[in-house]
Order: sequence, then C-alpha cells, then structure tokens
Amino acid sequence: MGTRITIDPITRIEGHLRIDCQVDNGKVSKSWASGQMWRGVEQILLGRDPRDAWAITQRICGVCTTVHAIASVRAVENALNLEVPLNAQYIRNLIITAHAIHDHIVHFYHLSALDWVDVTSALKGDPAKTAQLAESLSTWSGNSKQEFTKVKERLTGFVGTGQLGIFTNGYWGHPAMKLSPEVNLLAVTHYLQALDVQRKANKIVAVLGSKTPHIQNMAVGGVANPIALDSQSVLTVERLLAIKTWIDELADFVKNVYLVDVAAIGAFYADWTQIGAGITDYLSVPDIPLDTKGTQFALPGGYIPGGDLSKFHAIKSFSDPYFRDGVEESVKHAWYKGGKGALHPYKGETVPEYTDFQDNGKYSWVKSPTFYSKPAQVGPLARVLAMVAANYEPAVKYVTQTLDTVSAIAKTKVPVAALHSTIGRHAARAVSCAVQVDVLGSQWQMLVDNIAKGDVKTFNKPVFPKGEISGVGFHEAPRGVLSHWVVIKDGKIANYQAVVPTTWNAAPRNESDAIGPYEASLLNTPVADPERPLEVLRTVHSFDPCLACAVHVLDDEQREIVKVKVL
Amino acid sequence: MRIIILGVGNILLSDEGIGVRAVESLKREYRLPPEVEVIDGGTSAMEMLDDLACADHLIIVDAVRSGKHPGTMVRIAGDAVPVFFKTKLSPHQIGLSDVLATLVLTGEQPGGVTVIGVEPCSLATGMALTPQIEVLLPKVVAQLVEELRQHGMAAERLEEEVA
Repeated sequence: MGTRITIDPITRIEGHLRIDCQVDNGKVSKSWASGQMWRGVEQILLGRDPRDAWAITQRICGVCTTVHAIASVRAVENALNLEVPLNAQYIRNLIITAHAIHDHIVHFYHLSALDWVDVTSALKGDPAKTAQLAESLSTWSGNSKQEFTKVKERLTGFVGTGQLGIFTNGYWGHPAMKLSPEVNLLAVTHYLQALDVQRKANKIVAVLGSKTPHIQNMAVGGVANPIALDSQSVLTVERLLAIKTWIDELADFVKNVYLVDVAAIGAFYADWTQIGAGITDYLSVPDIPLDTKGTQFALPGGYIPGGDLSKFHAIKSFSDPYFRDGVEESVKHAWYKGGKGALHPYKGETVPEYTDFQDNGKYSWVKSPTFYSKPAQVGPLARVLAMVAANYEPAVKYVTQTLDTVSAIAKTKVPVAALHSTIGRHAARAVSCAVQVDVLGSQWQMLVDNIAKGDVKTFNKPVFPKGEISGVGFHEAPRGVLSHWVVIKDGKIANYQAVVPTTWNAAPRNESDAIGPYEASLLNTPVADPERPLEVLRTVHSFDPCLACAVHVLDDEQREIVKVKVL
Repeated sequence: MRIIILGVGNILLSDEGIGVRAVESLKREYRLPPEVEVIDGGTSAMEMLDDLACADHLIIVDAVRSGKHPGTMVRIAGDAVPVFFKTKLSPHQIGLSDVLATLVLTGEQPGGVTVIGVEPCSLATGMALTPQIEVLLPKVVAQLVEELRQHGMAAERLEEEVA
C-alpha cells in the first residue's frame, strides 16, 4: 500500500486549503482538494440595494478586494443594460491592471519563489559570478556586483540572528532544490527589490481608488472620481503624471527582471515542464473594455478545449450568451445541500450540509463549477493561451521571448506546449504581467487623451425597473475568471452568486465525479520525501490559490492558548 | 513620530469585524493628532506594506481567540506579541504576520506593537456585531484613546451631533 499525505493548510496567504494525496511508488496516484472554510457571503446580499453590493463583496477577501468590486458593478450594469462612460472604463482598467501586476509580482517573488529558491544556499553565492550571470541575461540597473554583495551581507546578518522570520517555513536543503548558489542569490536579491517595486503598483490603485486596501471610488454606472485638471482634490495632471512614473518603473522591473527570472529559473527546472499539466480545457474571459457597452476589449479571452489552440472559441462581449449559458456549479461532493444536479448561478443555492471528509462523498466547502459540463482550468495560463490563440501580438512576442531565453539557458528547444505544466503556469503569469504592464501604459494614454478632448464624464445614473432582471459581471482577475451573478427584483437583490477563480481550480469532483484542476494536476507528481512534500506544494502554489473568496471562514483548528492579560 | 492604529477583521462575519468597527468609531468620535494614522485593514496583507512601514508604534485592534469568555478584552504587548503571532490567535495573522516579518526584513518594522483584542461571541455571516460585542465598542475605543495617551498623543472627543 502507498502513503497518504495530508497538507493543511497549504496556502501562504488567505484561506484554508487542504490537499490529500495518495502516493504509490514515489508518485501521486490519487488526490483531493478541499476548502476548509464555509462560504456564505452571498446570503448577506439578499434584499440589499444592488448599488451597495460592490462595497460588501470587496470585503470577501483581503487579497482580491478590487476584483470583487469590479465584477459586482459589472453584474448590476449588465442586468440594467447600463453603459459606462469611457473615462470610467479607463480608470477601472488602470485600477484592475495595476492590482493584477501587484498580485503577480507578489505571488511569484513572495509567495511561491521560495518553493524553487533556497535562501540558505544564496548565502554561499559569489556576488561577482552572480553579477556576471545577471548581466548576461538583463540590463536591469539593480544587477551589479555591489548590489549582490550588499544583499548577501544583509541576508547573512538576518540569518545570523537565528530568527529566519519570513523565511522560517522553507524547505531549505530539500533534494528537489536545484539552483546554484549564484542563481539563488540573484533570485533573493530580486525578492527584496520586488518588495519595493510592488508598492508602486499599489500606489496606483490607492490614488485612483481613493484608498487601499479597499477602494472607495467604484459605482454602478461608472466611478466616483471627479475629473477637473485645475482642482487639487480630484484627478489632476500632477496625479496622472505620478501614475505614469510608477507605470514606467513597473514596466522596467516586469520586463527586465520578472520575465527574465522566470525564464532562468524555469530553465534550471526544465523537468517541471513535464509535470502538473492536469486539466487542459482552459477558460478565460476578455477584459479591459474599450467602449461604453463592453463589446470591444484590449485583451481577448475564451475557451480552449484540450489545449488545442486551433479550437479557441472567443467570448465576445459582456453579454455573450456563450459564457452566460455555459456555467454551472455542482455540490455533489461539496458540503452543501444538493440533489438538484448542477445549477446555473442564477439558480444557485448555498445551504450548508457538513459531513466528515469522505473520499468518495462530500469533502470540501468549495463548489465544483463546470463550463458546458466540464471542469476548466482558469488563471494566467488560460489567459495567455487565449491571447496566443487569438494572435494577440504582445502576448505572442513575450511568450516567444521567454521560451527563447529558456531554450538558450537549457540548451534545448523548449516549445509552447511546455506551458502546460507547473513551471509553465509561472511563465504564463510573468508573460501576462508583461502584457498587462503595456496595457497599463496604453490605458493611461487613452484616459489622458480622452480628458484632453474635453470629456470629463465618469458616471451614468442607474435606474432600477419594477419586476425581475438578472445580470452577470465577469472579470479576468489575477487568478482567472471571476464572475458575479445577480438577480434583482423591484430594485433589491433576490439572488447573488460569486463564482471565483479558485473555485474553478480547487474544485472537488463534480456531478459526473470528474476531478478538478488541482486534483488532476497532482497526478503522477513525483514525491521524494512524503514528510516534506515540496513537489506537491510547487504544483498547487503554481495556481496561486486563494481560498478566502472560494469559501468562508469557519476555523475549527485547534489552537495553542497563550497567556494574555485581561483588561 | 508616527503612530498607526490598525483595525483588522472581516466585517462580513459579525464579531470578526470588531477591529474595523472600533477604528470606524474612533475616527467618527475623536479628532486625532496628525501623527496618528488610522487604517481599516480589513483582511488584507501585502497591500499594507507601504502603509505600515516605519511606524514608531503600531496598535492593532482585532478579534482574538484567547480561550476566555466572549466579550473579554485583552491587551497583548511586549514579549507576548511574537507569541501572539506564532499561535494564530487571530484568523488574520497569516497575512498580517507576514507583513510584519517582511518589514523586519526591509528594516522598516514598527518600533513597538500592541494588540487590543476582543474575544468574539459569534463569527456567523452577517454585517452587524452581536449585541454583546456592540456594547463593548466604547470600552475598546476608550482603550485605544488610552494607548495613544501613553504615547503622548491626545485624542480630542468630538461634540456629539444633535439628531
């Protein structure tokens, strides 16, 4: 008999995800992904004013605040058939794109790179050799011998205190760690530089959204940013120019550091292009609307069955019935009352029914969504493949550039098919980030040009009719397709469902007992040491799991009680 | 001098939102000196890195599980703070402790940290505090004002608005 391993919790950030694997002969033979919290936020929205829903939904998760705000207003606008002024689209586009760039940089460097990079090995790196390597790959100004020496000294001092702090939980010295001390030093240096750079992306969100972590400027029908170039309190030339400076700094880092690091690390872990593909039916949605109706987009999206890019089916507008009619959720294996088969989100129900963890029954708080009855992988990989399938030039350029770098370092030709893998998901996220940083620049220009034409409109007032209407709002969020579904009756919310990216990827078995993307991606993953299942973590982390919005907080973990002073 | 009062918690989970509700009340009821910054952190993490960098003192207000009676207010300071974070008394520590650990790495950690915690009655889905915790709000806010006073910061009570 093989070994059963349970990892709980698996996320470095929000939420509780449990992964169970059956390991036979050193490889995963069966797996289960389980959300360990209950979701029920939708219940709060019933009976409320649809104009307030965005402010409430952005509280679902601490990582993805803006994305729920945007999907929510889009859902209500879709139900009302309400157009959104161009300035509002551009401002929203800037916010969601800056947020996505922030999220991708933080995910790669601060949440997942340490699965591949050994911090303790970086202490042995030679700064001169590291600089030589770095300069051969990129022109980034932070790649000097002095910089690497400085970081090495700082790191040595930090580790010398005996308090590893943020680095405490790494699998240092694990046999699956393969980078040379120099590459490790390079990566750790960029980890620190990324800490600084990610703040610029957040500043863009803060200035346009009036505040972070929870933006204040969203509105059904537009945004609440008044534009008056001669006033101090609103969106001014000065603020717009500050944003442009941050965009340029982000572009420099993403193209000359992030994209290059992913290629370099990927090349040293070329075997991981053969691991972790899982489900290759990919779903993404178009985003960055360029008109008031949501029929033209800067970035394409759609469905790719079986990883075959020639079969790409584009989703064309916010109202495209191909998306609207294709989504269902099953609770056959989730801890909710079921028996009605998979339900469309407009008809969705969220009534808890907890059992124990049952391998063949119910075992998760995450529902199992399907697209035309099949599970789908969502996220940056789905997004980038859709862009390539749609022949979106910038994505083709960055994919080619990345694969060329990988091929040169690995000294073997690495094809596009290598993206269907654990390391491929990281590469796709970096490519997506590079595409998005260009979009950020172009959206900024469009906003400035439109204001220069004398258009300062940012809001169309919503009017709610008597009777029942329904709408879907989708957004290609950092972790993939996010959709909010709202039914409104006489101006009040009658049903609300959020189908979030991690629900797609962390889905348990569905109505026909087919396994979800995490589960499928783990099959055949080698596990060198079941006590330290780094390989399993690598694959799950490559999806960037974020369970807080997929499920809900119900934390029954046994906790050590500390002595505290009562007031 | 820069003092930050950070309210954390999820306002969609009733008493879980006590930290956020407390800083909302504080801002509504008091005029604070310019050195004091009040942040509604919700459940976020890395987004707050810039906001929390280089504070002289950080006061966190949050729902905690100290194993005591619901409605008990606790104060955690000094050596107990690292233990507090290690033992995950609060559901947000995964995020917040990472941010604080990162600030140590960048050399921008707060000069000191104090946690004001409230043991919740209920974490059920809902946007209102339970009545037992709601009545405690003035006490929590008063404690925050006292914490500020200990750092030499005077919070001035605003006149109650006549309805």
